[in-house]
Amino acid sequence: MMLTKTHKTLRYLVLVIMAIIIIGPFILGFWTSLLPTADIAKGTLFSTHVSFQNYVDAVQQTAIMRYLLNSFVISVLTMAAQLLFCSLGAYAFVFLSFKGRDFLFYVILATMMLPFEAEVIPNFATVRQLNLLNHYAVMVIPFLTSAFGIFMLRQSFRQIPPELKEAADVEGLNHWQFYWRVTLPYARISLFTLAAYSFLESWNQYLWPMLTTFSDKFRPVQDGLRQLQSQETFNNWGMIQASAVIVVIPTLIVLFVGQHYFKDGLNEGATK
Amino acid sequence: MQAEVTPAPKPKVDQSSAISHKRAKGYNLHAGDKYYAFAFLGPSLLVLGTFVFYPMLRTLYLSLFLTNNVGRPTVFVGLKNYIGLLTSSAYQASLQATAVYVIGVVALTLILGLLLAQLAVKKLAGIQWFRTIFSATMGVSVSVAAIFWLFIFSPSIGLFDQIGNFLHLPIVAWLTQPGPAMFAVIISTVWMNLGFTFLILFGALQMVPQPLYEASAIEGASESYQFFHVTIPMISPTLFFTSTVTLIGAFKSFGLIDLMTAGGPNNATNLMVYRVYQDAFLSGNYGIASAESVILAVIIALFTLLQFKFLEKRVTY
Repeated sequence: MMLTKTHKTLRYLVLVIMAIIIIGPFILGFWTSLLPTADIAKGTLFSTHVSFQNYVDAVQQTAIMRYLLNSFVISVLTMAAQLLFCSLGAYAFVFLSFKGRDFLFYVILATMMLPFEAEVIPNFATVRQLNLLNHYAVMVIPFLTSAFGIFMLRQSFRQIPPELKEAADVEGLNHWQFYWRVTLPYARISLFTLAAYSFLESWNQYLWPMLTTFSDKFRPVQDGLRQLQSQETFNNWGMIQASAVIVVIPTLIVLFVGQHYFKDGLNEGATK
Repeated sequence: MQAEVTPAPKPKVDQSSAISHKRAKGYNLHAGDKYYAFAFLGPSLLVLGTFVFYPMLRTLYLSLFLTNNVGRPTVFVGLKNYIGLLTSSAYQASLQATAVYVIGVVALTLILGLLLAQLAVKKLAGIQWFRTIFSATMGVSVSVAAIFWLFIFSPSIGLFDQIGNFLHLPIVAWLTQPGPAMFAVIISTVWMNLGFTFLILFGALQMVPQPLYEASAIEGASESYQFFHVTIPMISPTLFFTSTVTLIGAFKSFGLIDLMTAGGPNNATNLMVYRVYQDAFLSGNYGIASAESVILAVIIALFTLLQFKFLEKRVTY
């Protein structure tokens, strides 16, 4: 279909307006992170006193880098654990036969309906009794596996042709070997998706770490920003914006790099 | 090597379990997998049991009691916590605020997400840039979104007040007045959601077969006619999926509320999860907070069930 010239111009106009709305908060956040707080407080957003001083202050005066490190450790551990335990669980539901398998699967499926937010009261009591409070473990252990991950990988493992399993049986591969050598490589795209999903999910945790961590040593970045925003640095807008920008840059980079990967993965799937 | 001996090629029929054989599309399943099942599934069952199942039952149990200040049940009160909640005007207000928030977030996220996807799907010079920008908020975590928007809505120095000032409009105290505060948290949430929603809907739009558009264009269909009679029906499964995901996410909102309004002003943005947090961890009313948790869980479970029922139809076994 040919687009007329006015039509095209109109389209670009809407595209640009929407782009400005989406990108506006980023730009404003980044721009104010370069300004002295005194200028921001006066409302002079067109200040020319541009510098990276807020970044230097944020890194030197706050625990922002520590928060980032904490979040990174927690998210990587959670991601690795979920890749392992969800894939093992999914394997059991596809390739093993045992009593009550279908029943168990529906039970796990049912847990996907239960929001973690509605269970924080007993969970808090549990981790307190286990002496896990204020440690990396408290933010990893409850999320070592996920019903969603098991469900997703089960769907993916079911695509493996039965002939492969038969051939493996003939070759004498046991379940560990079949799991490691055939199942995981075969389902690598689903594993990559689960990795990205579990990492982001962990990175974005807010309520649970807020309840269970009390020191900068273990506090992840979401609650770290909350801490900065609510503490003595309140109203030091320049430094808070600089901290927010420091936090958003790694995930933006991951997103843009990952997007190409995702696109290739999708194309690969589409042209098969 | 493991102790288990792999059986020699056996007859195709697996006698051990006819049902699971049928369900598993012809994989040979062996009796004696018990040890493997235990090793493979054990860790997941332990974690889910401890942190998902037990707490649900425990929450249900606690919701029937009055509790002391460390959360131990003291007096059995039956359904009184629920009755008390559902008849209290404060809780009704919280439910109402949640409804307004959820409906606002879902409607705006879907409409804007669809608009962005529709704009980005047409091939134009430089469209790749716009696609990247439209998906950018997917990389924004809840605290960053809250801080960016907190500044935009902040009194007098914020962008909205500065624009208002420039245009000589009356100054709005965005975060300290009930209506505007609700508006502010909805807008911030929608912005944060848009990247994900855009990517999913954009993916769906790309999958709509081009011949459908070409055929309808030959018959003289306008672009808006095509949108409502070709595009929308073709992507309706994805639209449904995105709306339930957004809806469930909105019911669970906490971080943005905590950072931007802390449930205020005057409880205008005191949504369900935030109330659970306040009643349990600030006031120590664990019994009541448990009842609130159960109500929240029931609502979310119903919507998740709806989503499952729908996905079930689409997933091919």
